Amino acid sequence: MTKINNNSLSYDVAIHRIGRIWMSVALIVILAVPLAISIHFKVWPAAGPLLGGLLPIMMIYVPIGIIEVITFSPMLGSGATYLAFTTGNLTNLKVPCALNALEIADIEPGSSQGEIISTIAVATSSLVTNLVLIIGVLLFVQLTPLLASPLLKPAFENILPALFGALGYLYISKNWKLAVVPVTLMIIIFILVPTAPVGILIPVSALSAIAAARLMYKKNLI
Amino acid sequence: MYDYRNSAFMFLLGAIVALFVTVQSLVFLRTAWSEGKRQGLDAKKMRRSVISSAVFTLVPSLSILLTMLTLSGALGLALPWIRLSVIGAVTYELPAAEAAAQAAGASLAGAGVPLDVFSLIAWVMTLGIMSGPIFIIAYFKKLQGRVNKIKVEDNRWGTLLISAMFVGLISSFLGSALAGGLVSILTLLSSALIMVICIQLEQKAGIKLFKDFALPLSMVGAMALAILYAGLLGG
Repeated sequence: MTKINNNSLSYDVAIHRIGRIWMSVALIVILAVPLAISIHFKVWPAAGPLLGGLLPIMMIYVPIGIIEVITFSPMLGSGATYLAFTTGNLTNLKVPCALNALEIADIEPGSSQGEIISTIAVATSSLVTNLVLIIGVLLFVQLTPLLASPLLKPAFENILPALFGALGYLYISKNWKLAVVPVTLMIIIFILVPTAPVGILIPVSALSAIAAARLMYKKNLI
Repeated sequence: MYDYRNSAFMFLLGAIVALFVTVQSLVFLRTAWSEGKRQGLDAKKMRRSVISSAVFTLVPSLSILLTMLTLSGALGLALPWIRLSVIGAVTYELPAAEAAAQAAGASLAGAGVPLDVFSLIAWVMTLGIMSGPIFIIAYFKKLQGRVNKIKVEDNRWGTLLISAMFVGLISSFLGSALAGGLVSILTLLSSALIMVICIQLEQKAGIKLFKDFALPLSMVGAMALAILYAGLLGG
């Protein structure tokens, strides 16, 4: 296993090396799953349906995947990015989790200590989700009626407003000038197109926030 | 009848993937922890990050678990478990599985998909989400170098840039929630209000726990209120 040697490598260089190795192995492990299914059950997908299923998905998720890296990686830092993009669930879990940990620790995102805290947060979060899913597999019969009950449906349907209401207050109360343009823009877009996919609008919102921030910074308004 | 979807083989694959994710997370945790110690970061601060992150993760994880249970009707338990353990997301797995099933002229609505469709779905769900990791392996180091360069050249702007990205991310979800109907708006406002109360309790009463667990408390409180709002408003 690759270890960081502080005498020869800085943390930054080492974490990129470790991250790339783990991410490459992760890709192999992930690809091995459908491969193993096809070999074990002796069933290979025909090219036509495979392309038919992949094309609509890739048209949406290839740009989203790339945009997510560009948008989230400066917030998360190197170590957390490599791990979060292996374990998934970024917008609804890993990014808010890192933000929350940084807020509690009173550490600037993007700083060297921020890099440490966000990696710790994402690693812990990945371990807990993993554990919850394992418990879910083991207790499938008992948990299904509880989690899928009609009573709890509105709670799970509104998990994102419940998450981003609190997170929004935390960040917007501190950076309200930065928030005016993107919040207004997003409200207008969602009123005009209520079904607009949030994943595609995140970079639009981030770009509008960056443009507004740059303008205010140049004019000494921020 | 042999249920290939819930066979021992599929659960073995699931266990291997879960083990891989666990080991990788532990390696990154240990690496970050060692570097934190080297940088003189307070161990208490790092421990607080572990505890608060673990508690915060519980509720969103239940939502991920719910997606696993939803997909299990057609795909069995093991494949959704595998897919939700790596790279994927709640918002990706269902549309990807549906697109693959449709391409084969099948549907996820039934009790279980045939083996050939199951294999197709596994391939589509896996290949469709590869762009992010491949992009990271190829370009992330360069990208991070550029961000660091901005910070070195103008630290204040570099910090503002990252804050603007945060605010942009949050704004998109705020916009989505505010346009998502009355229950969604009330849930959003309730969550923000509970956060304000937690901050006040922490600052006025000096109870540190309210800072560490403000976000999970706000989330769970607002989700509980969403049940109430939906009951009252019929949403």
